[in-house]
Amino acid sequence: MNPYASAGSVSTVTASVSGNDNLNGDNNDSGIPRQNISGERLSTAEVTRRLLSYVRPHAGSFFISFISAAISVVLQLYTPILIGRGIDLIIDAGRVDFAALMPLVQTLALVVVGAAVFQWLQGYCVNRLCYETVRDMRIQASEKLGRMPLSFIDAHPHGDLISRVVNDVDQVGDGLLQGFTQLFTGVVTIVGTLVFMLSISVPMAIVVVLVTPLSVLAASLIAKFSNRSFGDQQRIQGQLGGYIEEYVGNQKLVEAFAHGPEARHGFDGINDELYTAGERAQFLSSLSNPGTRFINNIIYAVVAIIGCVGVITGVPAALTVGEVQTFLSYANQYTKPFNEVTSVITQIQTAYASARRLFALLDATEEVPDAPDALEISDARGDVTLSHVDFSYVKDRKLLQDICIDARSGMRFALVGPTGCGKTTLINLLLRFYDVDAGTIELDGMDTQGITRASLRRSFGMVLQDTWLFEGTVHDNIAYGKPDATREEVVEAARRAHADKFIAALPDGYDTVIGEDGGSFSAGQKQLLCIARVMLTDPAILLLDEATSSIDTRTELQVQAAFDELMAGRTSFVVAHRLSTIRNSDCILYMRDGVIEERGTHDELLALGGAYAELYNSQFAEA
Amino acid sequence: MLELLKRFSGGFRRYFIIGPACKLLEVFFDLLTPLVIARMIDEGVGSRDAGVVLRYGVLLIGMAIIGMGFTLICQKMAALASQGMGTAIRSSLFARINEFSYAELDRFGTPSLITRITNDVNQVQLAIALGVRQLIRWPFLAVGSMIAALLIDLKLGLIFLISTPLIGLVFWLVMARCVPYFKQMQARLDRIGLITREGLSGVRVVRAFVREDHERERFRKAAFDQATVAIAVGKLSSVLNPVTFLVMNLGVCAILWMGGIQVDTGALTQGEVMAFVNYMTQTLLSIVYVANLVVVFTKASASASRVNEVLECEPSITDRGNAPVALPAASDVSRGTAAPALRMDKACFAFGDAEVNTLERVTLTLGLGQTLGIIGGTGSGKSTLVSLIPRLYDTRSGSVEVMGTDVRRWPLEQLRHVVGIVPQRASLLSGTIRSNLLWRDADATDEELWAALEIAQAADFVRKLPKGLDAPVEAGGKNFSGGQRQRLTIARALVGEPLLLILDDSASALDFKTDAALRHAIRERSAAGSAAGGLPLTTVIVSQRVSSVRDADLICVMSHGSVAGLGTHDELLATCPLYEEICLSQLKREELGSAAAPTSAGAPTPTVATSHDLPVQSAEEEGAR
Repeated sequence: MNPYASAGSVSTVTASVSGNDNLNGDNNDSGIPRQNISGERLSTAEVTRRLLSYVRPHAGSFFISFISAAISVVLQLYTPILIGRGIDLIIDAGRVDFAALMPLVQTLALVVVGAAVFQWLQGYCVNRLCYETVRDMRIQASEKLGRMPLSFIDAHPHGDLISRVVNDVDQVGDGLLQGFTQLFTGVVTIVGTLVFMLSISVPMAIVVVLVTPLSVLAASLIAKFSNRSFGDQQRIQGQLGGYIEEYVGNQKLVEAFAHGPEARHGFDGINDELYTAGERAQFLSSLSNPGTRFINNIIYAVVAIIGCVGVITGVPAALTVGEVQTFLSYANQYTKPFNEVTSVITQIQTAYASARRLFALLDATEEVPDAPDALEISDARGDVTLSHVDFSYVKDRKLLQDICIDARSGMRFALVGPTGCGKTTLINLLLRFYDVDAGTIELDGMDTQGITRASLRRSFGMVLQDTWLFEGTVHDNIAYGKPDATREEVVEAARRAHADKFIAALPDGYDTVIGEDGGSFSAGQKQLLCIARVMLTDPAILLLDEATSSIDTRTELQVQAAFDELMAGRTSFVVAHRLSTIRNSDCILYMRDGVIEERGTHDELLALGGAYAELYNSQFAEA
Repeated sequence: MLELLKRFSGGFRRYFIIGPACKLLEVFFDLLTPLVIARMIDEGVGSRDAGVVLRYGVLLIGMAIIGMGFTLICQKMAALASQGMGTAIRSSLFARINEFSYAELDRFGTPSLITRITNDVNQVQLAIALGVRQLIRWPFLAVGSMIAALLIDLKLGLIFLISTPLIGLVFWLVMARCVPYFKQMQARLDRIGLITREGLSGVRVVRAFVREDHERERFRKAAFDQATVAIAVGKLSSVLNPVTFLVMNLGVCAILWMGGIQVDTGALTQGEVMAFVNYMTQTLLSIVYVANLVVVFTKASASASRVNEVLECEPSITDRGNAPVALPAASDVSRGTAAPALRMDKACFAFGDAEVNTLERVTLTLGLGQTLGIIGGTGSGKSTLVSLIPRLYDTRSGSVEVMGTDVRRWPLEQLRHVVGIVPQRASLLSGTIRSNLLWRDADATDEELWAALEIAQAADFVRKLPKGLDAPVEAGGKNFSGGQRQRLTIARALVGEPLLLILDDSASALDFKTDAALRHAIRERSAAGSAAGGLPLTTVIVSQRVSSVRDADLICVMSHGSVAGLGTHDELLATCPLYEEICLSQLKREELGSAAAPTSAGAPTPTVATSHDLPVQSAEEEGAR
């Protein structure tokens, strides 16, 4: 356990956002050109059209939900009228019209039940529609990522891509689908209320229509004020969050340096600022409810006065008491949909932004598919020939130039050279993660461009320095390349990879579930598991990236032995960091700036007295 | 939640009284409104007197204005109380986290602490604001409407006594069922994120093994699982609104029918029936709000208990009552009578309550000015061992002494000033190079900073930066390469004249040449003695490289938490098989030195044994990014 390894969240966040794994370390800062996936170019109409295309398979639910919404709203709006009529039937002692009251109450009950049922139906349909669409979009986005070329995945921050699949899709679901039905309900309510009010009394309806904008106006004014101070609050909150991430994340360091008082001082400074801004923002935003309530109360009073005066004098309109009650209910709820509609519109705007980002991802240019006449190969011999290969991640920054390698089956190649020389890029090209700019790569005499990617990759086995284990059992992780492998085969592969001992010591052996990011395994153990994985698939050619550090000496010996076992009888390319690997190679390629500067066996190169010899000897140049 | 309130409400008590009191007045007016309207109808319309109607109308408007005024006060109180308390809670939380020793930090974990001080405090803050503003309003409005209705007419009031609990019951049933679903939904959404992340970070493995179909299927299943739960929750929660509407309006039906009967007998007026209808609406809408409040408070109380857990956790390492320790005098040093710089006596250590000790009976003594090298595999306890020296952890048994005084008797600040540590993970904080270097001594002069950079082999690259010492540092030091970061953290530990310097595997990103130059500079600095009193610098070097420790005065070989060998390079080669094995795996036989045991026939085969690191391979990417 390392007492300084704190800040778990902080480092994982950075890691996932920067998203560089070791293989693209070569080109990381050269910046592979990114595709524009901001989605700004998509027009609103275009976005809407495409959204509708997702709804189409659920057209049934879609229509039912809209129709139910309309029916439910109309019925809901009809209830105040019925209630008003009911009240008109109850005038005074001895003046209650029971003959009319009974059927009216019955109708009211029916209307209420109908409104409730349709409201439920609408909620149910929208909900189903929403989550099924979200699910479909998610699967589509995820599968799209599966079809993207490596250059895309290397160039874009993984955090951003993940957030499109997870958050943006959610936003679209919540904002657009639910938002739209809310918008629809709101509009129907407004229109419906207006129609009902007009049908009872035109002058009174005009009174209500004239005064209600006040409430909407008040709400939007308050929102405008509070938004401004919310911005301040958010900015300072972000600042404080950054400070917390940094200092709490490095608390162990703060502790070791007795730096606490200074850290607290800095914190309290930002915290006090946040208080000032937060108090203001909260007060202003908390005005919106009482503000609209106040206006509503005024409207209520005005409608009551005018209504009652109407009942008495017939001016501005001859009304019954029940009708006044109806208008009071309408006045009460007429403003609500306005405010709802305003807030839904903001939500819909956010959702559109998310939909744009999502569609932009879906529109990104995919990997060129295999040619229709591409060959399906099996049982490769393992002859690999590179002739005059040129490659660069960025057009004007040449990386690999005129690379020629002729590897016969079973030969061992070591790639050596300073960081950034293009060693790992070679692995990218061999597996066709990237395609060459010029020249050819041949496997058993066939141009790899003419072979299906899947069958080409099956001929290779790869172990990267940056080990990758997924959440699942040890067995599943080893059997990743051969899912139908029996337990015996898996155990045998692990044994040959020198991994069976530590696996056997695990609580559930091969059925132990590995947590996120490889769980509690050491770097060396993870690498042994990855070696076992390749061991099981028995490929003709191996691509190995040796770990430079983070493995202690003794595990390193085991990894080394496992590598040797793996390489026996296979063509192998090793990005090598260890002399033993290099010395025993059939050919050492010393690379620098994308060019193979020297090649030959260890002894030949030492005799040559060039860069490799200097590199080899420099380790003894100790002070 | 209550505990937290008790603890922090001290300065805010008046807000908690004034706020709700003002709100109460508004609610009271809200309750009166239906009654005023009833009067307006019964008296005004009944007697056909527009003047009466107008009088009551003005009363309504007056009530609205006064109610608004009081509400404003209440909202202000709520903002003051919630933000004030939130600020106070955050501040004490941060201070408490600052006091934590490594044991507590390990227990809580950094991500969890960050969530507690940000999200959890925000939740509590929100709940306080809502508490002041609405906790009084909605229940009071619901209960008040009910009482008002019962006061008007007991018999009709019975309808309230049935419908209100009915709605409450529906809410309780639905929400109790939804809550576990919400957790499940979040878990499944997290899983979708996880699979996506794995698919991106492992894209090369997935494609190299041609398992795209499998990954597609895996994602598809996760997406379907998530949708299933989401739809199930939706099914439940879409019941709430319709049922509320239904119960409320069926209640109105009952009011109309029974009201009709009562009015017919003259027990009730038409206006009062209207008041009943309005009260019914008010009560049931209030219940909806109450239900919302319940959700907010449930969340907040979970947050509050997480916050409390931190506040109530007492740091396990304190220095209460420790008097400053007198440092050894230079004369003692020259006479050789000074206490050893470091002494461990059967020191044992375990994380938390673990049964097995991580460190087992470590005993060693290191004289002033000497160098100790600690070597061993990952997980052998090297880093844990050195973290006992500045008392970042306390021993379970045994003792650790620095300059002849048990670390438990040092004032922590003085101890950590005397001991400079360079952690394994080279992290810098955002600011400038200068602000990072000043951590140990805020008053250090530029000459002192440059001297430290010089020793740390960092002066060259810092000098090349356009702004030199004032060059900006991004969070985590991301704008510097690994090697540069390591050298800056070494310089940071050297500022402020430490007497004991710990380098915890902190040269791993340096190439052999720089590493050697660094050790050479530290040795020179140690011999020269620090400016203050001429005390020599004692150094502890943790490393996996034999070359980094072989020249140390004392080498400690660690294995599974125990000392497997203690002595000089030559002594250990002769007596410690583990040390010999480590050496053989890193150095060539002829480099091992004169004392190499000639009988080491059992050495591993040459192919495996000579796995040297090639220096150029590990060379840092100078000036990267």
